[in-house]
Amino acid sequence: MAASRASLHQVARNSATSSIRALSRGVDPEGSQRKGRTLLQFLADHFCDVEAVREYLLRKQALKVHRKNRSFTYIKERYGPYVAGAYFVLKQGGAVKFQDNEWIQSGRGLSSLEFRKFREVPVQAVDASGCAINYQGLDNLLALKELQSLSLQRCPHVDDWCLGRLHQLADSLQELSLAGCPRVSERGLACLHHLQNLRRLDISDLPAVSSPDLTQILVEEMLPNCEVRGSDWAQGLKLGLEEQSRDPASSPVPA
Amino acid sequence: MLRRALWLGLRRGLLGRELGTRRGGSTLDWDGKVSNIKKKIQSILPGGAWKPLYDTSHLPPEQADVVIVGGGVLGLSVAYWLKRLEKRRGAIRVLVVERDHTYSQASTVLSVGGIRQQFSLPENIQLSLFSAEFLRNINEYLAVVDDPPLDLQFNPSGYLFLASEKGAATMENNVKVQRQEGAKVCLMSPEQLRKKFPWINTEGVALASYGLENEGWFDPWCLLQGLRRKVQSMGVLFCQGEVTRFVSSSTHMETISGEEVTLKRIHEVQVKMDCSQEYQPVECAIVVNAAGAWSGQIAELAGVGKGLPGTLQGTKLPVEPRKRYVYLWHCPQGPGLEAPLVADLSGVYFRREGLGNNYLGGCSPAEEEEPDPGNLEVDHDFFQEKVWPPLAWRVPAFETLKVQRAWAGYYDYNTFDQNGVVGPHPLIVNMYFATGFSGHGLQQAPAVGRAVAEMVLEGHFQTINLSPFLFTRFYLGEKALEHCIL
Repeated sequence: MAASRASLHQVARNSATSSIRALSRGVDPEGSQRKGRTLLQFLADHFCDVEAVREYLLRKQALKVHRKNRSFTYIKERYGPYVAGAYFVLKQGGAVKFQDNEWIQSGRGLSSLEFRKFREVPVQAVDASGCAINYQGLDNLLALKELQSLSLQRCPHVDDWCLGRLHQLADSLQELSLAGCPRVSERGLACLHHLQNLRRLDISDLPAVSSPDLTQILVEEMLPNCEVRGSDWAQGLKLGLEEQSRDPASSPVPA
Repeated sequence: MLRRALWLGLRRGLLGRELGTRRGGSTLDWDGKVSNIKKKIQSILPGGAWKPLYDTSHLPPEQADVVIVGGGVLGLSVAYWLKRLEKRRGAIRVLVVERDHTYSQASTVLSVGGIRQQFSLPENIQLSLFSAEFLRNINEYLAVVDDPPLDLQFNPSGYLFLASEKGAATMENNVKVQRQEGAKVCLMSPEQLRKKFPWINTEGVALASYGLENEGWFDPWCLLQGLRRKVQSMGVLFCQGEVTRFVSSSTHMETISGEEVTLKRIHEVQVKMDCSQEYQPVECAIVVNAAGAWSGQIAELAGVGKGLPGTLQGTKLPVEPRKRYVYLWHCPQGPGLEAPLVADLSGVYFRREGLGNNYLGGCSPAEEEEPDPGNLEVDHDFFQEKVWPPLAWRVPAFETLKVQRAWAGYYDYNTFDQNGVVGPHPLIVNMYFATGFSGHGLQQAPAVGRAVAEMVLEGHFQTINLSPFLFTRFYLGEKALEHCIL
């Protein structure tokens, strides 16, 4: 009697846990993240109002990036693409170098006098490290036809789709840095073959690339005139050799 | 008096507990009670699993506003846009009926996953451009709270179409149209081609067109799962089963010229459950036929094409399954990282797959050599006889290659003009089509879904005018011919 009651309880408990599992469906099939489930997640699972609010906030985040990447049509019409591009980069927090001029940092900005002064001066180099540039915002940079050096280091919104657009700068671009971009993968790097004038390319520290060494070799093959900086695969080889040579010395000599 | 009663009650309670401890089963009892209470709370909470006596949760609902037949990428896309464009949250009840939840034979999953703008019809180019935009911002369109972002694995490597001297004029015209629509395509001479891609043998090539942006290939499974996840979070209902019968009523009318017209309206869709004899009639207002390669059968079930040949009633939906092979081979000397998807004059195409010198490709067989679409077995002789010779001729490095894998998938082949069928049927007034895309359905699915949803909700196309793809063209004989079919 007691045994049967105990088993009944066991069943009840099992069904309870299984229904909890069913409730958290979709979020984490392995259950590895379940420990980290927050109250907010729980509420969102049960109340569509909470979910809607969170969805709205998510959308608002994306919208913010879009808003930051709008083109300045008025400046472009009035002062030409160079000034508009420079203004865009400075506003994003980057730095710009006009031809035969010094670097202009973002903190300083452009004065109205400079707007007029740089109207016909092409932009030579852009350093947009860490800026929130995305596919749309790239329009401003692609209009700078004499751009020789472009740095997109650690840009969180630069992805493979963006790299597909860089062919528009193929005639002028000599230096490109993509180091640390979290969304750039080997698939996007494949279409850099359009940039035939490229002399220096930095593709180090790309977390989305599955096999960085192989990718670097393939990119070097694809762009024979370009110096590619990536993870130092040659160094890795040397290290490996050293380890191998050290191994027999450290291991006891078989009798 | 009251105090006494209270005291008695309390006493009894205490007594009961004492008895319980003496029995020794109190801890178990307590656990059971807690779990019962927990269960009750959970079933009361919205979204909880309330289990009535006869559990029918595996059956589809008895009524739905829109029933989508086919849970492939097109069907899901229609569901997504219906839910997104609805005026009020939860206004439309959408049910997606899919025969096979593993998608083992679905065209979506077995496709090569290419996207291109190099079409000859402006509508196709627009559809593709819209879809490219959708795929680019897929994590905004298909964002689900608390779920990780999708990794579409898009390869922006472009398509390279080759044309002979005869086809050069057509290609030039096509590229002109493509540029007008906003696609970034460039023309290349054989000389330029040789310089850019030294591994191509340019003999017989007079002109090449090369897509620079928004062209390439992606992971179809990712798009499918992303859509499924999103659609589920939006409240679309899923059901694994097969549509076996439509219950419809018909009304007879007369046109001004005295012709009799029979208009039909579907009231119920009978869904047969998977692996059982159970049926469930689903009352519905609108049926969307997105059954891909099998949409011809579904249309026939609804009575499309049952009439005298030559009349509108006798016009069938000319969509049938066609088997296409895809081969994956390894070639150590093959083209490098820069290789685009190359479509040769002969109809053979190939593309790079991954970084390890693997390539995949295939070829559409000639009309008279169509393989039997009854199963998905691969004909390896087809590669030896039809694919390899032109391939090795175009890319000499492919003379030494090793086929590693091969599979077959279905095209929802439109035998009339190889283009999609979108929009309502003229006589069966509440049946809408989203099918017949003959191999480019996957890449255009996001846009087609939107077009169909607009047609259902608004009654006309808004974003992209797809009126050349309406069903009536089969009756009128107006072909919307597409020249660039792979």
